[in-house]
Amino acid sequence: MAISSTLRGWGFVTPALLWTLAFFVAPFAIMLAMSLATLEGRELIWGFDLANYRRLFGQSFLAGAIVVSLQITLTVTLVSILLAYPLAWIIAFRVPPRWQRLVLLLAILPFWTSYVVRSYSWLLVLSREGIVNKALMSLGVIAEPLQMASTRFATVTGFVHFFVMLLTLTIFANLVQLSPNYRRAATDLGASGWQAFRHVILPLTLPGIMVGAFLTFVLCIGDYITPQILGGNNELTVPQVIMVQLGRRGDFPLAAALSIVLMGLVSLAYLASARWLRLDRV
Amino acid sequence: MNKIRFAQAAGLPACALFGLAAMPAQAQDSLNALVWCDHTDASLIEPFEEAHGVTVNLREYEGTGAAFAMLEQSRPGDWDVLVIDTIDVPRAVEAGLLAALPDDELPTDDFFPEVVMASSNSVDGTTYAVTEKFGYNTISYNADRVDPADLDDLLAIWSDESGSRIAIYDYYLPVIGLVAAGLGLDTQALTADDLPAIREELFKMKAASRSVGEVVASQTALATGEADIIVGGGEWLTAVLAEEQPELTWTIPEQGAVRWSQSIAVLEESQNRDLAVEFVKYIVSPEGQAALATSSCFWGMPANQRAGEVLSDEQKQVLRWDEQDDYLSRTQLYPAPDAQLDVQMQDLWLEMLQH
Repeated sequence: MAISSTLRGWGFVTPALLWTLAFFVAPFAIMLAMSLATLEGRELIWGFDLANYRRLFGQSFLAGAIVVSLQITLTVTLVSILLAYPLAWIIAFRVPPRWQRLVLLLAILPFWTSYVVRSYSWLLVLSREGIVNKALMSLGVIAEPLQMASTRFATVTGFVHFFVMLLTLTIFANLVQLSPNYRRAATDLGASGWQAFRHVILPLTLPGIMVGAFLTFVLCIGDYITPQILGGNNELTVPQVIMVQLGRRGDFPLAAALSIVLMGLVSLAYLASARWLRLDRV
Repeated sequence: MNKIRFAQAAGLPACALFGLAAMPAQAQDSLNALVWCDHTDASLIEPFEEAHGVTVNLREYEGTGAAFAMLEQSRPGDWDVLVIDTIDVPRAVEAGLLAALPDDELPTDDFFPEVVMASSNSVDGTTYAVTEKFGYNTISYNADRVDPADLDDLLAIWSDESGSRIAIYDYYLPVIGLVAAGLGLDTQALTADDLPAIREELFKMKAASRSVGEVVASQTALATGEADIIVGGGEWLTAVLAEEQPELTWTIPEQGAVRWSQSIAVLEESQNRDLAVEFVKYIVSPEGQAALATSSCFWGMPANQRAGEVLSDEQKQVLRWDEQDDYLSRTQLYPAPDAQLDVQMQDLWLEMLQH
């Protein structure tokens, strides 16, 4: 009976294990091995050589890509949280329940358009002749058009537009699960509105924030399209450098080393937020 | 440590990275060509398909390194035709990728003599590729906003005094070649010792620039007014916009500029070699050359002068047909670095982008 139960258990688990082995463990092992290989001319030399990692951290323009990626990703994550939380709060507590579904639908509309089209749209909006510059000039705020396209500001704007929607959904899902009695109890015990939010509501909604923030971090730090289109190649992120290695050089070992570093950063982000990553709360 | 062919080593991960779409379908009534975007214009391909009753499957790529990686990860015979930078033909021959072409069937006598480039297209007396199109990496600009006299001195364009909004074409070889020309260097004799001086100019250029972009981004920057000058631009950038925005044009500074040229070749392991050779012959025929020169992706000068019999006067005017003798005499070829210098140049380019 016990053996049969064990076999049945393995029967259920095996497909998932095989899937994970085939589509995560094996590719990761190949990528790791590739990152320890080197390229001599067009010839790949397998081995255990840390040359790609030494090069990665020894050449300022490669290490700089890690710094740029982290700066952009952390900025996007922070700004997206600051914008998404109030939006989610308004939808959860200020919008009548019968309208909430429609408002949420409107909130996620940007997801329905192509990522590339959305990025190019932002490029036009932020361009020298774009609507933002024209509006500011017609209002007399500026005399000359501002350089907004092809900057980090443009990259962050494009990202935030996308990720605010994502975070709004995760935070909203968390907020609507909260019983209003928490706030009432805090208020009854003498807490001000701010104190109730700061000490009761915010900690209880941290799982929603952190799940959204983690997803934002993962998707943002690995994105190639937005910085490529909106950033104007004025600074390179890690995915852009990976694409250069693959597309122009065919340097798979260095690209693999960069990808391992990228995975390392995502893993660190996971460890930093794991305490709050409770999917049952969102 | 054991050495193995890159194809075997990178095969599995490369397939995962590029996707199975990189593998073309095999059929006797179809031709698989690895090309630049200008070959994807239906007006170029359809006449050949109709004449031979075949399908031409096209896959675009960017950069010779990418083409080599795609060829190495493909099965032997997957690809029939390759379009490649003329200066990279010897590398492809050395790698054993290209088949000999019947040079007595190629109309190179009708070509502009400067672009026959037998020293690149032939190795040890055997022709492996034929030039199909050429043009210039120089300075594109908006004539409504920039005085062409300000563009006479190449190095002054990105100097502190310039004040123009410039953008840079994101391809290291032509722009490094252009800077080298500006410094009075021979682009064909560049060494690592020349890189510090080039680096200094590249950094100045980057500091003065608004953006660095590939073909479409560069065209967009110029067309939308985001940039007034594109360093590394040329007729390939502005000709396609000439009808709607005639103010977008190009010039060659006093120091000269860089000449690009692309060649077409048949792959050694092609299983449709006869058809592939026919395709090459069609591309370098006057009709094929005229269609290729005015492709919707980018325009460029046809290598075969007899394309002038097919092109309209307006098209020839946009291509500046009558000024080619002057331009050809004032331009140098792309740099053709060896593998080590190529890596150094690419690192320099990345360093500039990150600067």
